[in-house]
Order: sequence, then structure tokens, then C-alpha cells
Amino acid sequence: MSERRPAHLATLEAESIRIFREVAAQAVRPALLYSIGKDSSVLLHLARKAFYPAKPPFPLVHIDTTWKFRAMIEFRDATVRRLGLELRIHTNPDGIRDNINPFDHGGAYTQIMKTDALKQALTAGNYDFAIGGARRDEERSRAKERIFSVRAPGHAWDPKRQRPELWNLYNGQLAPNETMRVFPLSNWTELDVWTYIAAEGIDVVPLYFAAMRPTVMRGGQIIVVDDGRMRFQPGETPEDRLVRFRSLGCYPLSAAVLSDAGDMDALLAEMLVTRDSERAGRLIDQEQDSSMERKKREGYF
Amino acid sequence: MPDSVLRVLTCGSVDDGKSTLIGRLLFECGTIPDDVMAALERDSKRFGTVDGATDYALLVDGLEAEREQGVTIDVAYRFFETPARRFILADTPGHQQYTRNMVTGASTADLAILLIDARKGILPQTRRHAAIASMLGIRQVVLAVNKMDLAGFDESVFAAIRYDFRALLGKLEFNRITPIPICARDGDNVTGPSARMPWYTGHTLLHALEAADPRLVQGGLFRMPVQYVNRPDHTFRGYAGTIATGRVRPGDTVFNAGAHTEAAVARIVSMDGDLAEAGAGDPVTLVLDREIDISRGDVLSADPVPAAADGLDSWVVWMDETPLFRGRAYLLMLGTKTVVATITDITTRLDMETLEEVSVRELALNEIGRVSISLTHPVVCEPYETSRELGGFILIDRLTRGTVGAGMVTAIRTRNADIVWHRMEVDKATRSLMKHQKPAVLWFTGLSGAGKSTIANQVEKRLHALGHHTMVLDGDNVRHGLNRDLGFSEADRVENIRRIAEVARLFVEAGLIVIVSFISPYRAERLLARDRVGEGEFLEIFVDTPIEECRRRDPKGLYEKADSGQIRNFTGVDAPYEAPLDPEIRLRTLEGTPDMLADEVVSALRARGNIG
Repeated sequence: MSERRPAHLATLEAESIRIFREVAAQAVRPALLYSIGKDSSVLLHLARKAFYPAKPPFPLVHIDTTWKFRAMIEFRDATVRRLGLELRIHTNPDGIRDNINPFDHGGAYTQIMKTDALKQALTAGNYDFAIGGARRDEERSRAKERIFSVRAPGHAWDPKRQRPELWNLYNGQLAPNETMRVFPLSNWTELDVWTYIAAEGIDVVPLYFAAMRPTVMRGGQIIVVDDGRMRFQPGETPEDRLVRFRSLGCYPLSAAVLSDAGDMDALLAEMLVTRDSERAGRLIDQEQDSSMERKKREGYF
Repeated sequence: MPDSVLRVLTCGSVDDGKSTLIGRLLFECGTIPDDVMAALERDSKRFGTVDGATDYALLVDGLEAEREQGVTIDVAYRFFETPARRFILADTPGHQQYTRNMVTGASTADLAILLIDARKGILPQTRRHAAIASMLGIRQVVLAVNKMDLAGFDESVFAAIRYDFRALLGKLEFNRITPIPICARDGDNVTGPSARMPWYTGHTLLHALEAADPRLVQGGLFRMPVQYVNRPDHTFRGYAGTIATGRVRPGDTVFNAGAHTEAAVARIVSMDGDLAEAGAGDPVTLVLDREIDISRGDVLSADPVPAAADGLDSWVVWMDETPLFRGRAYLLMLGTKTVVATITDITTRLDMETLEEVSVRELALNEIGRVSISLTHPVVCEPYETSRELGGFILIDRLTRGTVGAGMVTAIRTRNADIVWHRMEVDKATRSLMKHQKPAVLWFTGLSGAGKSTIANQVEKRLHALGHHTMVLDGDNVRHGLNRDLGFSEADRVENIRRIAEVARLFVEAGLIVIVSFISPYRAERLLARDRVGEGEFLEIFVDTPIEECRRRDPKGLYEKADSGQIRNFTGVDAPYEAPLDPEIRLRTLEGTPDMLADEVVSALRARGNIG
């Protein structure tokens, strides 16, 4: 246990490891939904701890919208190679066929390239349990999510059908065609995630640290120009700014923050005084106040 | 950085201002980011209940449906921290129908905040919440007397509530009670003292939470339920689990409590290197010095003593719409073990008004009662008051797979080793061998008038003619004798089926082919009967006749009586029939005569090797 690690992280780590083992014991075909971000990095680290010296007994599944930052894809491939893990990548072929992109299709883009793609991947892999990195502190509707969350046939989430979850007893029994989503980081906060990453020396995508990057300002948000597919609006020209990300997704939809936190110590110091939520930089959540709950009902992770 | 975690349960009646209090705590502990505060100001104007002012309740009322209804409808988990401590707060709703959520929150909590409206004082719900908190092992309570502004900040109001609460305590097991007068809306005595209540000089709410005892480390002897056997290849075999009580070191002897085998701990493996020691709450992987048979659900223990229970006495909190009856079978999950459990007795229910026990035979949704359970396989467990880890269990419905009950072990029953089921020299196999048949239960189910008895009688005649030994159980020969004390309530119907299943089992032991002809409308009961006999010995025969046809036939005039209300709870009219999903034999009576269908059953028995 590292000296930099506060005692409460040991409690959170122990709970997460127990959850991982419970999945391995109860599931028939589990998968870990790997989204490359900081939460996924912690998730993967905990999974490795839970099953050491064995490798985690499930594949990683990545839903690739084709619009992730290049640095994310590089990090993903390097991580999988380094740890010798099995990675299964899925992209919604309908979206490729129809050239669905974040510039022209707004909410439909998220539905087709993320929600629908996820459902396709889960159905195709016949996974009964899917492990994800969602945390209860992210958003109001998440606060009521179970650690073992049952999905009806078709992957829909019904808040009224969720099972009471008592003690450390996780009921992973499934009726025909039901599936389970499991959230080992439920009780972690964003700050816990960073403190743990620092204490354990976990690798994360470099985009979380400040660097000069080509950006445009759009609707008060800073968008980093990650590749030649960026569509500029009239009057927009890329300008280098010292920025980093608190939350990573598809580059045209992920807003950066001005920051000079270039290393872990600076980043932790910044996290302790920050006054905005991490989701402030996720453009998809702001359309409507209940948008997250709606998306979850439809099967979004 | 925090050095401990305190799990807190908040409970109170509807409108006590619980969400407002939690929103306040989050806000004042700096947990609320600026953009969320901005959204809150917007929401307060749209949904708020405090005249355009900031409505802190909206910070925590998460789901769309409940925000529109203005009530909290599920358990939510919130986090905040002070320099001293991280708090995990379970917010549970107060209205009666959601007791199950409160029990859920209480199961992991170290402290409960009981919220009381100063104008209303102690309500039945307060009593219920205090009783549940006590029963689930919470020993510290903060009594937050809210809305003191509406009670004129009057010290005597606070004193009276405090006095009333003390009167409850005789029946509850709290070690520490901290009453605090607050006004959550304005923040008085939440994180700082109240200028409007100078007469109160005790802890603020936040101080009380910081001063509470964090979860005590579980002492006692080493016990670890094995969660997962980690065996990547033939070179490594580790037993993974979270230590429930005590400590373990390499070299320690551990017993597989159920199996009376022992080994020494060789290594405690972790990704950060082998550990010299581990204690309660640590998730570990143990390697032993020799191979003994251990699997998930076993308990590794420092002593050989822990008894494997064949039966339990317990408190059960019932969480399902369908009541709990004697005779019903569920999956029971305790520690890492899951077994089939049958409800053998329901004796009393806890009356939440008086906290007295009342004699009952069934438990309805949100009721708490004393329940005896028998287990198909032994389970290593302890009384709940000794160990939450090895004394708390859940009951799972075998069809919906939902969690329908939560239980706390109060006593453990073990079958005396001297009277274990004696394997007699004459057994089922020898008895049936003499009869030249393999025993079985032919369970005919279907609507009244479907033709069950007609076909069953034909089957028996054919088997008799072929020289086989049979016995028929039907409504006529059972209802008038063995079961004449039973009526037609749901509880009695369950008991009726249970007894028939037991009698059928005994006849199977005797080597007979048992022909049972009962409507038996519920899948759960048929499953129960199936479980009483061996694999392959139970044939569910669905006599499939559409209800229109049954009505047309109506051989006993029963449908007519049911339609006119002379008979109640009549299957297919005002009580459900759950058709078999996957019967061994399905007889479509519109497609064949009783003779043809009986032949079909006899051929099936021949194909399965029951008869020659």
C-alpha cells in the first residue's frame, strides 16, 4: 500500500475487488466495457488485482465510434499489448454505412454510434454480465443505480424493477434474456479515482495532462482539433492553447479546460480546488436535464 | 485526506425535509460544483417548493418521475467528506411502501439519521425506522429534529420529542443517541451553530457524524467465505475471498468448516507482492500447503467449530408483492453460498406500532416476521448479531430471479450427527427393482375441466394392465382426509401442494409410479414438488385445454358458480393459472381423445425407461 494513499481508498478498493470476483463467480460470459478513460484505467487495474496472478477472466469490449482521440486509440492498443489482454472492438456498421458523424447528426450520433453500438456488441457477444466504470457521483440519476443492475431483454433499464441490494450480497441471478450491468466503481468519486491513479502509479491517456494543443472556441467550450476531419465554422481557425481534459470521449464532443497541470501532482492540486463538475465538458448531457436518465432507459451505459 | 469511511443512513417520513437536509450537507461541504449549482438555481424556479429560493432537495432527487411528483422513490447514495472523514450516505424514502429501500440502506450503515418534523413529533414511521435500524445492527442514531423554524425555535418542543423518543428505546438496541434541533432549509445546526437556537449547545449534525464510531474492525477468529477459486493453470490454485472476521498469516492452520478438512496457509498472494498478514475486510487470495476440496460457498476458518446449518431461525423482511407462505421455496444467498431454502414456519410478525410480536401465518410486502427455514445443503453461518457477513441473507425468487426478502439469522439448527438420514439396506432402488419399474411422479396440471382426472385414470388403468404398481393422488382422496383442515386461501393452497408433494415423494421412495392430478396453478409450487424427488423422476404433464372449452364442458358446474360470484379464487376466473413453460409432456385435448392421450403418456414412460 503506497504512502500517498489515503485510508478510505483501501475500503473502496476492497469493495471493488469483491465485486469483480462476484462477477467472475456468477457470470457465464462476462465482459469489461473498456472506454479508455481514467475510470476504465482504474477498473482494469482493480480487475488485475482481483484475479492476480491470473489475468482477468473476461475480454475487454470497446465501442469505437471512430471519433475517439487518436491518443486514446494508441493508449488502448498499447495497454492491451502490454498486459496481454483480449480486446474486442465493435463499431456500428449502420453508422459507417450512413456516414453518421457528430457534426451533422447531434443526438442521433450518440444513439447510433454509442447506445445502439453497445447493444449490438453485447448481443453479438452473448454477454450475460457487462462491467462498466460508471460512478454514482457523476449525475443525479446514477446515484440510485445498483452495483448489480438488471437490464430487461433488449438492454433497457427500468428504475422500478431494480433489486434491493443488501449487505455485500449481489444477486446475479438472471431470468431468460435478462442481462446484468455491474459497476465496481459505484462508490468512488472523481477525486478518489485520481488519488488512486496517483497512489498506484496507473497509466492514463496523456490527454488528461496539460499541453499546448490546437483548439477552437465553440459555444463557450474549448474543442481540440484532433484530426483532419474537424469541421470548422465560419471564422474559426485553430489556435494553440494550454489545455487538458477531465473527461474523454469523441473529440468533437469533448470540451477541454484551460489548465497548466502538466503532471500528476499539479493535476491533483487542481482537482482539489476545481469548481466545475467533470460532466460540464460533456456536450451530450446538457441538452436536457433528464437526458442521462432517458439515455439509460434506452440502454446507454 | 480522510482516514476513515462512515456509512450513514438517512430516514424520515415524507415531507420531513430529508432531501433538503442532504442537499444542505453536500452544499456546505463543498461537494456541489458550480455548474451543478447553476442548474439547481434553474431547477428551483421550475420545480422548487420554496418560492423561488434555492431548493436543495433538487440536488438529490434524481429521477425524473420523482422530481415531478415531488417525492423520493428509491434509495440513493451520496458522497461528501470533511478533512477527517469520507461519508457514504444512503438516502432512503420514508413512506411505508418503500420499507425495503430503508432496509437496504440500513444493511450497510454504521449510523442512522432519523429525521423528525418538529411540528409532528414521533410518528409511526419514526418508530418503524428506528426498529429497522436497530434490527439491522445500527447502534448509533442522530435524532435530527427538523423544521424548528416552524416550531418557533422552541426548546420545549425539542425537549418533548427527545423525551418521547427515549420512551421507545426500551425495545431498541442503540448505544449512542444524539438529538439535534435543526432547520435544514436555512442550515441551522447542520454544519455550524444556530444563532436562533442559543439554548442548544451540543454537536452540530456534521460534528456528530465526525464524532461517530466508524465501523468497528471485526475481531474474533479468522473466517473467510470462499468467493472464487482462482486456478489459471495447473501450477496455481488460490482461494479468493474477503475476510469476514479475524486475521490470517502464512503458516496458520485453516479448516474447511463444512467438510472437516484442514490445511496450512502457504501464501497470501497479491499483485503488490505476498502479504505477511491480512485482516477483516481485506480481499485476499490464499494459497494452501496441500490440496483439499474447497469450492465457492465454503468457509475457511481458524477453528473447526462453525456449524453448518441445515436450518435457520431468522427475522425476514418481506419485499415482494406476493406474500411469503409456509412451504414456498426460494434461493437463499448467505456469504458466498446459494442454496434452495424452504419456508418451514412463519410464527410472528413485528407490529410496527407497538413493536410487539403478533401471531401470523404469512408475511405481506414490507412486513417483518420470524421465519424458520430449512436448507437443501448445509450453510456455514452465524447469528446476525455476531456477524453481519455470515448472518445476513437474501431470498431470491426462483422464477423472476428478483430479490424478494432479506433475512437475519437468529438461531442455527443442525441435524444431530447421530440421527443423519440412515441409509437402509432396503431402499428406493431395491423396492422398485422388485416391481420391475422406475418410480416417478406424473404430475397432471391444467385448468378445472381440462380433463386431468379422465386422462390420469386411463393412464392408471393401462399401467395396471401392464402389471405396474401405481397410486393416484387427487383432490377427492386428499382434500377429504389428509388436507381436510385446509381451505382455499392462497396460504392454504400452498400448504395443500406441499403436503401432496411430500406424500408423492414417499410413494416414490416406495417405488411406485405416482399419478397426481391437481390444478396446481402456480409454477413455484410445481417447482417445489419437482424438487422433492430425484432428477428425472418428475414428469410435468400439462393438460392443455383452452379455457373456453373448459367452460363449455364445465362438468361440475363450477365455472357458472365462479362467474356468479358463489365461488371465489377460482383458477382461470378470478385467480391466475401459470401454464408450464417447459413441461415434459403436453397433452392438447382438442387434438385427441382421452384414450389417445393416455397412450401418449404410457409411450413416454416406456421411452424414458420407467416401464418395460
